Amino acid sequence: MDFGPYLMLATLEGAVLAAVLALMASGLSLVFGVMRVVNVAHGEFYMLGAVLAWWVTSMVGGGPAVAFVAALIVVPVIVGALAAAADMTVLKRLEYDPERTIVATIGLLYILQQVTLMTYGADARPVVPPFNTRLALPWLEWSDGGLHMFWPWGLSTTTYKLFVIVAGIVILSAVWAMMRHSRIGLLMRATQLDSEMAQAFGIPVERVYALVFGIGAGLAALAGVLIVPIQQAHYLMGGDALLLSFIVVIIGGLGSLAGTIVAALLIGLSDGIISVFFSPTLAKIIATLLVAFVLVFRPQGLFGTRDR
Amino acid sequence: MSVILSTHGLTRAFSGHVAVNAVDFTLNEGEIRALIGPNGAGKTTFVSMLIGRIAPSAGRIRFEDQDVTDLPAHLRVSRGMAYTFQITSVFGQLSVEENVALAARRRLGRDRVAVRAEVEHALARVGLTDHIGQTAQDLSYGHQRLLEIAMGLAQRPRLLILDEPTQGLAENEIAAFKTLIRSLVPDTTILLIEHNMSVVMELADRITVLNFGEILAEGTPVDIHANPLVQNAYLGSG
Amino acid sequence: MTETQKILVLHVGLIALLFALNFILPAYHHGNLARVMVLATYAIGYNVMLGYTGLLSLGHAMFFAAGMYGMALSIRHLGFAPAPALLVGIASGAGLALVVGLLALRTAGVAFMIVTLMFAQTVYLTILLAGRWTRGDEGFVIQQHERVLWGIDLSDPSSRYLAALTLFAICLFATLNLIRRPLGRVFVAIRENEERARLLGYNVFRAKLFSVVISGTISAAAGASYGLLFGYAGATFATVQYSIFPLLWVLLGGTGTIIGPFLGALFMFYLIDLSSGVTNAYMLIAGVALVVLVMFAPQGIAGELRRRIWSWLP
Repeated sequence: MDFGPYLMLATLEGAVLAAVLALMASGLSLVFGVMRVVNVAHGEFYMLGAVLAWWVTSMVGGGPAVAFVAALIVVPVIVGALAAAADMTVLKRLEYDPERTIVATIGLLYILQQVTLMTYGADARPVVPPFNTRLALPWLEWSDGGLHMFWPWGLSTTTYKLFVIVAGIVILSAVWAMMRHSRIGLLMRATQLDSEMAQAFGIPVERVYALVFGIGAGLAALAGVLIVPIQQAHYLMGGDALLLSFIVVIIGGLGSLAGTIVAALLIGLSDGIISVFFSPTLAKIIATLLVAFVLVFRPQGLFGTRDR
Repeated sequence: MSVILSTHGLTRAFSGHVAVNAVDFTLNEGEIRALIGPNGAGKTTFVSMLIGRIAPSAGRIRFEDQDVTDLPAHLRVSRGMAYTFQITSVFGQLSVEENVALAARRRLGRDRVAVRAEVEHALARVGLTDHIGQTAQDLSYGHQRLLEIAMGLAQRPRLLILDEPTQGLAENEIAAFKTLIRSLVPDTTILLIEHNMSVVMELADRITVLNFGEILAEGTPVDIHANPLVQNAYLGSG
Repeated sequence: MTETQKILVLHVGLIALLFALNFILPAYHHGNLARVMVLATYAIGYNVMLGYTGLLSLGHAMFFAAGMYGMALSIRHLGFAPAPALLVGIASGAGLALVVGLLALRTAGVAFMIVTLMFAQTVYLTILLAGRWTRGDEGFVIQQHERVLWGIDLSDPSSRYLAALTLFAICLFATLNLIRRPLGRVFVAIRENEERARLLGYNVFRAKLFSVVISGTISAAAGASYGLLFGYAGATFATVQYSIFPLLWVLLGGTGTIIGPFLGALFMFYLIDLSSGVTNAYMLIAGVALVVLVMFAPQGIAGELRRRIWSWLP
C-alpha cells in the first residue's frame, strides 16, 4: 500500500481507539474532577465491561444483534451499581482521603481482577459483533492528467468499527449534555466546586459521589462492551487500558472533560502512526515518560490552564 | 537605631485581587512592633511574604542589610527570622520536647546536651516545663499556642514574627505572655499581628495599621489611639 | 529499663531469634524465611519514605529492579565478581533514586504517586526493550559458580540464610539509628507537618531527597541481594505488582515502625503461600488485605502494638 492510503487506514483505526479511550478516560476524569479520587481500579471496570458483555451475549438468545444490544444496556448498569456500592462501603468510610483512597482502589483492582480469574478463567473469549460488513474504501489519485478514484487492496474498515466511532461521539455528547443542562449535572458541578458548601446547601453530596463513581465506572464498562467484538475479553486487559487512560487524563489536564477528549484523540490517532515508526514497547516508554514529565513540569496538563 | 527589616513597594495580588499594595515598611532593631488592621486587611499575607511562605508579586524585602526577596523560607529562617503560625501548627504526634528540640536542633546540630538545655530553657520561659513528656496534640489549645511560641524562642531568632499569639490564651497566660515578650527585647526584634487591643497598647513601641493592603497609619500607641483615620477604618469595617 | 534499652532488647532479640532459627527450622520454612528477610529489607527501605517521611511511592519496584539488574548484568556481561557486582547494583539504585527524587519531588501527594508509578513503568519497559541483554520476562539464571562471595557459596541454604540475615540486620539497625539522629527527626517532622518544618529553617526538599535516596538504596540492596542469593533476575520484579508489595507489607506490619516491615512481609508471604495451594488467584488475598487494612487498621500490626502495649516502639 502507498503511504496515503496507509495513513488513512491508520487514522481510521486510531479513531476507533480514540473513541473507546475517550469514553474510558472521561469516566476517570469525571471521578477525579468531582470527587478528587484517583481510581486505580478504573481499568478493571473496563475489563468487567468486556467480560460481562461476553457473559450476557452468551446467555441471551435471538441473534448477535439482540444479544449485543442487551449487553450494551445491561452491562454498564451492573458495573455502575457495583462501583457505587464500592464507593458507599469503602471510599466513603475513608472520607475520600487521597492517599488512602488510592490504596483502597489498588486493593479493589486486585479483588475484581482475581475474582474474574477465579470465575471467568484465564482464557480470552470473543464476542460476535452485531453487524460486521467489510467496507472497501476508495482512494483518489492524480494520474494521467486527471483525478482517478480507485480501490487500493487492503484499504477497508468494517461497519462495526464505524459504529464504535459514532457511539463514542453520541455517548460523550450525552455525558456533556447531562453535565451542562440537567439538574443532576448541576448538582455534580456544584459538588465539584466546593463539596462542603454544596453540603451546606442541602445537596446530598454522598449520593452525588456514589452516582459519579457509578457513572465513571459505567463509562469504562461501556468502552469495554464496545471494544470486545474487536478485541477479546481477558481478565488482564484492564492494565494497559488504565495506563492509556491515565496518559490521556493527565495530558488533557486532570478533571477537564474537554481536555480529556482532545488528548484521547491525540493519543488514539498518534498511537497507530507512532507504532509505524517505533516498537510498541518504545512507544509505551515514551508515553509513560511523557506523563511523568507533564506532571512534573506542567501539572495542569498540556492543554489546561493553571486555575490558581 | 539601625533598621533590621524593610520592604519597598511590596505587593501581592491573587487573581486580580490586590491583598497587599506597594507597602514600604521599616522595622527598627530591638523594637516591639504591632501590626493591626481589620480582617482581610492583608496582615497575614504581608508577614507571609516577609518569612517567605508566599512570593511577592512585586517589591523587595531587606533583612539585616541584605536583599532576601529571592531566598526560600528556610534560608530566611537560618538568617535569623522566625515565624509562629496563626493557626496552631505544632507536630501533633510528637512530644512537646521533640517539638522544641526540632526548633533548636537546626541551630545547635548534634550537640544533644545543648539541645536539651535549650528545650528546657524555652519551655521554662513559657511555663510548659511540666508538660515536656506529653504528646503535643494532647495539650490544651492554649498550651499548644505556648508551645508554638516556645518553638519560636528555641530558634533564638533576631526577628520573631508572631501571628495572633494570644488568641485562645487565658487572662493569666496573656499576662505571662506580655512579660515574656518584654524580656526578649532588645536582643530580639518583635513583629506582632494582634487583635487584642490591650496587648497591643501595653506591649508595642510602635503600631502599624494596615487597611485594604496599604499602610493607613504608623506611630506610637498614643498616636494611633487618637488617629481619626484608624478609628474610621475599624468602625467602618464593622 | 530505659526506653533505649527496651528498644535494643527487642530488636537484638529479633535478630538473635532469627539466627537461632537457622539451626532448627525445617528446610522448607528455612528457605522461606531467608526470602522473607530479603523482602523485609526491601520493605524497610520503602518504610523510610512512607513511614518516616510521609512520601507514598507507587514505583519502588524500579529501585529493587535497579539493584537486581545492576548486580546481575554486571556479572553476566562484564564478568564481575559478586562483591563488586553487589556494589554496582546498590549504586544503580542510589543513582536512579537521586534522579527520580530530583524530578518527582517537585510534585506532592497524588501527583507524586503517579509520577513514581510512571517512572517505574518506564524502567520495567526499558528492561523489556533491552531484551537482548536482560532476556525480558523470561529473565536469566546466575550460575552457582558466579555466586561465591568471599569464598562463601551463597547457593548453600545455610550460608544463604545467614547472608540474608546479615543484610536484614544491617538495614534494620541502620534505619533504627537513622530515625534517632537529627536527619531522621527532620524526616518525621516533614511527615507530621511539612510547612512547619520548612519554617523551622529546614531545607525540606533536600531532606526529602535524602529520604528517597536512602530508601532507594536500601531497596536496591535488597534487589541485588535477592538476585544473588536466589540466582535469578527477571522483569517480573520490576512490575507494578512488586511496587504494590512493599506498600502492602508496610501497611500490614505498621507504617513508621522498625519491625513493622518484617512482620508485614512475614505474614503476607505465608498468607499468599498458603492460599496459592488453594487457588491461582492468590493476589486476591493482597487485594482484600489492602482494602481491609486501609479501612480498619491503618496502623498495622506494630502500630497497634505501639498503641496498646509498647508506647516506646520506634
